[in-house]
Amino acid sequence: MQQCKTLELLVGLFVASGIVALFFLAMHVSNLNPLTEDEGYTVYARFENSGGLKVKSPVSIAGVRIGRVTDIRFDTQTYESVVEMRIDKQYNTLPDDTSASILTAGLLGEQYVGLNAGGSEDYLEDGSVIEYTQSAIVLEKLIGQFLYQNKSDKK
Amino acid sequence: MIQLTRQLGRFTLQSLAKLGRGSLFLGHTLSGLTDILLRPGLLIRQLYFVGVLTFLIIVISGLFVGMVLGLQGYYTLSDFGAEESLGVMVAASLVRELGPVVAALLFAGRAGSALTAEIGLMKATEQLSGMEMMAVDPVKRIIAPRFFAGFISLPILAALFSAVGILGGEMVGVGLLGVDEGSFWSQMQANLDFYDDIMNGVIKSIVFGFVTSWIALFEGYDAIPTSEGVSRATTRTVVNSAFAVLGLDFLLTAMMFGDD
Amino acid sequence: MPEGTQVDETLVSIKNLSFSRGTRKIFDSISLDFQRGKITAIMGPSGTGKTTLLKLIGGQLKPDQGSVIVDQNNVHQLSLKSLYQLRKRMGMLFQSGALLTDMNVYDNIAFPLREHTALSEAMIRSLVLMKLQAVGLRGARNLMPNELSGGMARRVALARAIALDPMMIMYDEPFTGQDPISLGVLVELIKKLNTILGLTSIIVSHDVQETASIADYIYVISGGHVVGQGTPEEIENSNSEWVRQFMHGNADGPVPFHYPAKDYIEDLLSYL
Repeated sequence: MQQCKTLELLVGLFVASGIVALFFLAMHVSNLNPLTEDEGYTVYARFENSGGLKVKSPVSIAGVRIGRVTDIRFDTQTYESVVEMRIDKQYNTLPDDTSASILTAGLLGEQYVGLNAGGSEDYLEDGSVIEYTQSAIVLEKLIGQFLYQNKSDKK
Repeated sequence: MIQLTRQLGRFTLQSLAKLGRGSLFLGHTLSGLTDILLRPGLLIRQLYFVGVLTFLIIVISGLFVGMVLGLQGYYTLSDFGAEESLGVMVAASLVRELGPVVAALLFAGRAGSALTAEIGLMKATEQLSGMEMMAVDPVKRIIAPRFFAGFISLPILAALFSAVGILGGEMVGVGLLGVDEGSFWSQMQANLDFYDDIMNGVIKSIVFGFVTSWIALFEGYDAIPTSEGVSRATTRTVVNSAFAVLGLDFLLTAMMFGDD
Repeated sequence: MPEGTQVDETLVSIKNLSFSRGTRKIFDSISLDFQRGKITAIMGPSGTGKTTLLKLIGGQLKPDQGSVIVDQNNVHQLSLKSLYQLRKRMGMLFQSGALLTDMNVYDNIAFPLREHTALSEAMIRSLVLMKLQAVGLRGARNLMPNELSGGMARRVALARAIALDPMMIMYDEPFTGQDPISLGVLVELIKKLNTILGLTSIIVSHDVQETASIADYIYVISGGHVVGQGTPEEIENSNSEWVRQFMHGNADGPVPFHYPAKDYIEDLLSYL
C-alpha cells in the first residue's frame, strides 16, 4: 500500500512538472498573454506599401510595444494596403492625429509599425483610421535613389 | 537477377503483411481505452514505468543540449554582432525541432526498447498466452495501458526537454558568455508565438508519442518468442522509431511551417 | 438428463481435426475423445504438436479442418465473448508456468479472481489461501516468480489454474525437467485434484512412467496420426512395434537411431 502511494505521488509530480514546463514555455518564452490581447481596440492605417510587415508584427510607440498587427489587406479601390492593429486597452489616450510608419528593427531586423503621437485633444477609438502614414522603406528603391543622386552630384 | 526480384517481392509482401498486422493491433489497442477509463490504476502504474523513469535522462540531456546550443549559437551569432538573438535561436530550435525530436529518440531508446523487451519476454514465457487462457485479453490488459502511458508521457517529456534546454542555454549565454539577460528573454518572447511555435512542437511530440509507443509495443507483440527474437525486436524498435520520428518530423515541419 | 449416455460422458471431443503450419502437416484428420472426470493423457515424441493440440482445444489456434467440441460448444465457431466465457471454465497449466513476473505468488493467484469477479478483497484472500493450501505453498505467498524453483512455479500455476474452479484442466508437459521429489509431488497433486474437485484432466507429456501411473486413458500420437490408444495396461501390452519402442524408450526400432543418410562405409570412403 505504501509503495502504491509513492508511485502515485511520483506520477503526479511527473505530470505536474510537464504542466509547469508547458506553462513556462507559454508565458516566459512566447509571452502568451491572452487576456490583454482580447481586451483592446482596433485601429486601421493605410499605407502605400506595407513592405515586409506581417500579421503579429509589433506595434510600438516611443519604443514600447503597445499592440500587434492583426490583419493586412489590399484595398482594390485605392490600391493601398490596409493594416489592422489591435492596441492594448490601457493605451487608450493616443491623439487622433497620431502618425504611423513602418520601420525596421536594426539594419536586417523585422519590420514593425511605429506610432508617433500627435497633439490633438481627441483620442483614437475602436475603428479609427490613422490619417498620417509613412510607407515601408524598400531597400532596393533607397539604393537606387542613392546611386541616382550620386550620379547627378558628380555632374 | 530473378533471385533478386524474388527476394524484393518477398520483402515487399512481408512488409505489407506486417503493416497490416500492426494496424489491426493498433485498432485492438485503441479499443482498450474504455477498459483503461474504468481502471485508471493500470495507467498510472505504467505512467511511472514509461514516464517517470525516463524523466532523468530527458532532463539531463535537455540541459546539455541547451548549453551546447547556447555556446555554438553564441560563437556563430557574435560574428554578425547579433548575440542578443541567442535567446530566439536557442528557444526556436528547441521548441520547434530538438525538443520533440530528441525527446522522442531518447524515449524510444529508454522506454521503447524496455517496452519491446518486456512484451517480447512475456510472449516468450507464455504469459500473454496464459492470460488469453485465463480469459483475459492481453492486448487490453497489458498493451493498452502501456500505449496510452507512452502517448501521454512523450509530450510531457518533450516540454520538459525544451524548458530545461532553454534554461541551459540561458545559463551558458547569460551566465557564462555575458549576453544581456533582458534582450535574451525579450527577443525570445517577441519572436516566438504560442500557437505557431509551441503548440506545433507539442503536436509533433503527441504524434511522435503515438508512433513510438505503437512501434515499441507492436515489435514486442510480434517478436519471435525466443531470446534471439526478442533481442532483435528490441533493436528494430530503436531503428524503426528513429526512422519514423525523423521522417514524420520532416512531413510535419513542411505542413506546419510551409506557408510562411 | 439420463445418466451414462455418450454425450454426457464426453466433455471434449475432437473430430477429424487437421492443422498445418506452413507446408508442414501437424495433424492429419485425428479424432480424440476425453471423458468427463477422467485423466486422459496424450503422449508422443517431442515435436508432434502436443502443445498445439492444447492450443486448438483452448481456441488459441484455428484448425484447417474438423471441429473441437467442449461441453457441447464448438470452440472455433463461438464469438470471442462466448469463447472467453468458455475459457473461464478451462484451466491451463503451461510448461513454463507462465506466471506473471511482475506480481508475487499471492497476486498471481488472485489475478483471475480480480479480473473476472467482483469479490471483496477479504473473500479473495480466503480463496487464494485455500488454493495455495491445496498445493502446499501457503507459506510462499509473498515470493516473486523468479524466486521460485521450477516445481514450485508449476504448483503456483496449478493453484492459479484452479482459482476459478474450472471444469477441466489442461497440463502441458507437467513433468518435464523436475527433480524426483517435485515429480512425485506433481503426480500426487494432479491425481488428488482430479478426484477431489471432480475435474477432467488432459495431460500432454512424453514422460511415460509418471503419465501412465495416473492416466485413465492414453492416446499415443505420432506423425499427425493416433498410433495407439487404450488404458495404460492396453498400451503397455500393445502389439504395435512403434508404441512399444516409445513406451520402453528403446534407442532403435521403427523410429531409427540414425538420421537418414547414405551408407556409412560409402560415406567414409567417398573422401578417398
